[in-house]
Amino acid sequence: MLEQQRDYVLRSVEERGVRLIRLWFTDVLGNLKSLAISPAELDNALSDGMSFDGSSIDGFSRIQEADVLAIPDPDTFELLPWGDPQAPEARVFCDIHRLDGSPFEGDPRQVLRRHVQSAHEAGLTFYVAPDIEFFYFEPPTVDDGSVGRPVPIDNGGFFDLTTNDVTGDLRKQTIRTLETMGIPVEYSFHEDAPGQQEIDLRHTDALTMADSVMTFRLAVREVAARNNVHATFMPKPLERVQGSGMHVHLSLFRGDDNAFFDEADAYNLSPVAKAFMAGLLRHAAEITAVTNQTVNSYKRLVPGFEAPVHLSWARNNRSGLIRVPIAKRGNPLATRVEYRSADPACNPYLAFSLMLAAGMRGIEEGYELPEESDANLFEIDDAMLDKLGIAKLPQSLSDALAVMERSTLVQEALGEHIFEWFLRNKRSEWKAYKTHVSAFERDRYLTAL
Amino acid sequence: MSRPADTVLVVADPVQPEVARSLDLGGYSWKAAAPGETDEAGGSWAGVIVDASVDPDSAWAALRAIRRRPDTLVPVMLLVGGGQLDDLEHRDELFDDFCLTPFHPAEFGARLRHLLVSEVDLQRADLVEYGELTLNLETYQAHIDGRPLDMTYMEYELLKFLAQNPGKVFTREILLSRVWGYEYYGGARTVDVHVRRLRAKLGEEHAGLIQTVRSVGYRFGQSRWDS
Repeated sequence: MLEQQRDYVLRSVEERGVRLIRLWFTDVLGNLKSLAISPAELDNALSDGMSFDGSSIDGFSRIQEADVLAIPDPDTFELLPWGDPQAPEARVFCDIHRLDGSPFEGDPRQVLRRHVQSAHEAGLTFYVAPDIEFFYFEPPTVDDGSVGRPVPIDNGGFFDLTTNDVTGDLRKQTIRTLETMGIPVEYSFHEDAPGQQEIDLRHTDALTMADSVMTFRLAVREVAARNNVHATFMPKPLERVQGSGMHVHLSLFRGDDNAFFDEADAYNLSPVAKAFMAGLLRHAAEITAVTNQTVNSYKRLVPGFEAPVHLSWARNNRSGLIRVPIAKRGNPLATRVEYRSADPACNPYLAFSLMLAAGMRGIEEGYELPEESDANLFEIDDAMLDKLGIAKLPQSLSDALAVMERSTLVQEALGEHIFEWFLRNKRSEWKAYKTHVSAFERDRYLTAL
Repeated sequence: MSRPADTVLVVADPVQPEVARSLDLGGYSWKAAAPGETDEAGGSWAGVIVDASVDPDSAWAALRAIRRRPDTLVPVMLLVGGGQLDDLEHRDELFDDFCLTPFHPAEFGARLRHLLVSEVDLQRADLVEYGELTLNLETYQAHIDGRPLDMTYMEYELLKFLAQNPGKVFTREILLSRVWGYEYYGGARTVDVHVRRLRAKLGEEHAGLIQTVRSVGYRFGQSRWDS
């Protein structure tokens, strides 16, 4: 099969006159990296990989073991729908290997691959569907090295449709681009805040979805930039309005059957689903530094903006960490759980890996699912949950790192290399933030004190 | 070495760099001959391009020489300058299509493809066609409404299998075993996911080519019972 796939890729490059092939991979923080090669080198790259100096990539090699190998995954070969049609370019995602051919432990895609495979060994396939929020702003002004205040391109609200619908047109172009690249979209709409959009992707297996999220972020920005608009996945770009989250719908299938579905249960949730949710709830605080990896992420996770704060679950309370959406017409295949804390600035490979690892731990250890925190829909607010003594998600990057550092689950799931590097990198980000004196402080204290 | 039947003959002296580039980009193998040397160039060609923009008189002579040969059905594309349109009068039988030069590479490419597809590929068995969809099994290329349809290998294999059996209903299990092979572990939901990706790429207008047959599986194109 691999031989035919390679042949297919080589033939497509020839037939379509592809001039440049971009080998894509992702660093530990979730930045997309690209190595461009000419068609003449592709055959060689497909069979032997391309070696490059990994020490220049964040979170990859230490200096003494610098060289790594990027081996293209031929099933991810796609033509890029933007750029010059006379000189087409293509992309292919790569797995990073050591020079001896073994998987490189600093590669997030290899981490997710490992988790997906071990779930498979337990007979389970992990499906993921993210709802991704982001903002459209006027191109930011940079003055004296600092970025100016962001200006939303519209003043629309939830589901708004206006006659002069610039954002609607941008979304349409984006969806067309995504679909050309084989990323089906389920819904898209104007979100609550000015300039804020949401695009929901249709579920697929976790590895393909992590690739799709990487492609998605690039495509959204590319289409926006072409229209002189800046798209951002920053979790909380504006005060006083809601931030951008990435709600992730999760399900496990055993062959053709949804392992989360049980007709006999009042909520149609199987014991597997409940144990998986219990695993997510119990380990949520530990995985938060990865699902919400910036200083800014924690300014979204506050009460009052439809973002989760407490480690709770409910069927329809959108302030809970896990929501169990009601499946349309009780469709067994649509039974799933929605994990709501992650934001779109995360590394999707690592975030999906940890969600799966936490849920699987719950299944393996037979965790008990706590009570639903939502007897009366929408009635119980965050203040009430505090009174009920329900624990909270970490309140800052620093808190999240402290919890992560003590977690053997995260350490095992990420592997020592990424675990160690991530903690050090993020500690240094926190340190830089802590010593920064903000406009808030000057406004509040400079004249008053 | 490609067989002469797969090769395009370019009659020009010299060959315009744009022509050479377009042919190379289009993946054609081609050979050049000066207008006086077409007989020596011999062989049977997939197509002939005659450039009449530099030396019209010897180009007309070359065209007549080509049409006199036993394989008179070889498709001929003529390149002429904008001021030469009058020269085409009463010479209709000498060429099958023409293109004004200087040309837009996309137009030249499209005309050439059309000329060679209609004359050559239709005679081959490795072309699957259904309505606006064409799959070339030899080159792995697909077109819908004349635009190229880029797919991953598995998407291509699935579409090929379906398009080769139009009107027939397949269960997801059968598609899985025939397209992916039994060793694949994703389960029949893999088929659903790929069908959705294919529909997205086919675009709204053609997404209906692959129909869901409720609680059975999928069917490509119209049911054989519809007329």
